[in-house]
Amino acid sequence: MSSHVSSPEITHAPEHASGTGRIWKIFWVLSALTIVELALGYFLYAKHGHLSYGLTLGTKLLIAALTLAKAYYIVSVFMHLGDEIRNMIMTIIVPLMLFVWFIAAFLWDGNSWKNLRNTNAGSRPAQTEQHAAPAVEKDAKP
Amino acid sequence: MSTTAIPTNTKWWNGGRSPFNISYGKVMMWYFLMSDAFTFGAFLISYGTIRFSVNHWADPNHVFNAFPFAGHANLPLAFVSLMTFILIFSSVTMVLAVHEGHKMNRKGVEKYMILTILGGLAFLGCQAWEWTHMITGDHAVLVNGQIEHWGTTVTRNPWGPEVMHNGQLVGTPGPIAFGGYFFGITGFHGFHVFSGVIINLVMYIKTKLGHFDQRGHYEMIEKAGLYWHFVDLVWVFVFLCFYLV
Repeated sequence: MSSHVSSPEITHAPEHASGTGRIWKIFWVLSALTIVELALGYFLYAKHGHLSYGLTLGTKLLIAALTLAKAYYIVSVFMHLGDEIRNMIMTIIVPLMLFVWFIAAFLWDGNSWKNLRNTNAGSRPAQTEQHAAPAVEKDAKP
Repeated sequence: MSTTAIPTNTKWWNGGRSPFNISYGKVMMWYFLMSDAFTFGAFLISYGTIRFSVNHWADPNHVFNAFPFAGHANLPLAFVSLMTFILIFSSVTMVLAVHEGHKMNRKGVEKYMILTILGGLAFLGCQAWEWTHMITGDHAVLVNGQIEHWGTTVTRNPWGPEVMHNGQLVGTPGPIAFGGYFFGITGFHGFHVFSGVIINLVMYIKTKLGHFDQRGHYEMIEKAGLYWHFVDLVWVFVFLCFYLV
C-alpha cells in the first residue's frame, strides 16, 4: 500500500525501508562527524598561536569539509532527497551551485579590502600583523 | 507498500504526471527552503566578508566558553556542542515521525512529534541562556584610557585585541559588526526554530485529531519534517561559521 501517494500525477512511490536502522545509522554518522569537528576545533584552541598559518587554514578547511558531509547526510537521508528522482535532485542542487562562486568571490573581496587598508591601497608596505597578545588564559577579571 | 521500480525510459516531461514525481506541496516546500538557503547563505557570506576584511576578530573559544551553572569555568565549545546534539537528535525524532507516518501509525507519529517539539524547545532555551549570558556579560575593556565593563551587544564588542593596563590583561573594543552578525544570524535561525516548533505543534494537534488518518496520508508531516531538517541543516553551518572556525 503506497499510503503516502496523494496525487495522480505521482506515478512511482519511492521505496521506504520498513525499518529504522538507516535513520539511526545516519544519526551515529552525524554524531561522529560532529565529535571529529569538535576535536579539531579544540585542537585549534589548544594550539592557538603555535600553529603555522597553513596548518590553521588546513584544519579550518577540513572542518568545513566535514560540515559539508553532514549537510549531505541530512539532505540526502533525513530529507529523503536521495530517494527522489534525478529531475527533482537537479532542480534543487544546480541552483545551489551558485554558492561556490558566491563564497569564493566575497571572501576574496573581504581579504582584498583588508590588504588595501593595511597598505593604504598599496602605497606603503604591510605592517607586521597585529595579533592579540598570545592567548594567556583569559580570566582578566577586574 | 508499493516498491515499483521506475522504468528507465519513463518520459517525465510529456505531461500528465509530475516531472519531479513529487506532489506540488512538497516541490514548493523544497523551493521555499532553497530560497531560505540563499537568504541564510547571503547572511553568512556577508559575515565572512567582514570577518576577512579586519585584522582581528573575536576568538570564538574565548567568547563562547561558558556553561550554565559552571560559573567562570573555561569550557570552550561545550555549550554549543550540547545545542548541536539537541538539534541533531530532534532531527532524528522528526524523521522517525515521518517514518511512522508512512506506516500510517498515528500513535507513533504523535510520540515522535512530541519528542521533536521538546527538542526544539530545549534548543530555544539554550539559545535564550546564551544570549542572556552574552548581553549581560561583564568584561573589562580599555576605552580611551579608562576601564569600562562591557557585555556583547549589537553596539558593543569587548573582544578586541587584549592589552596590558596597570598590570592586568584587558580587552579593547573590537569591530561592532561582531554583535550584529552574531545576534542577527543566530536570531534569524532561532526564529526559524521557533516557527518550526509552532508548525510541529500544529501538526501534532492535527495528528491527534485524526485529520491525516481521514485524509489517508501523512504528507503534511513530511513537509513539516522538511522544514525542521532544514533548520538543523542551517545550524550545521552557523555552528561552523560562528563557533568552530
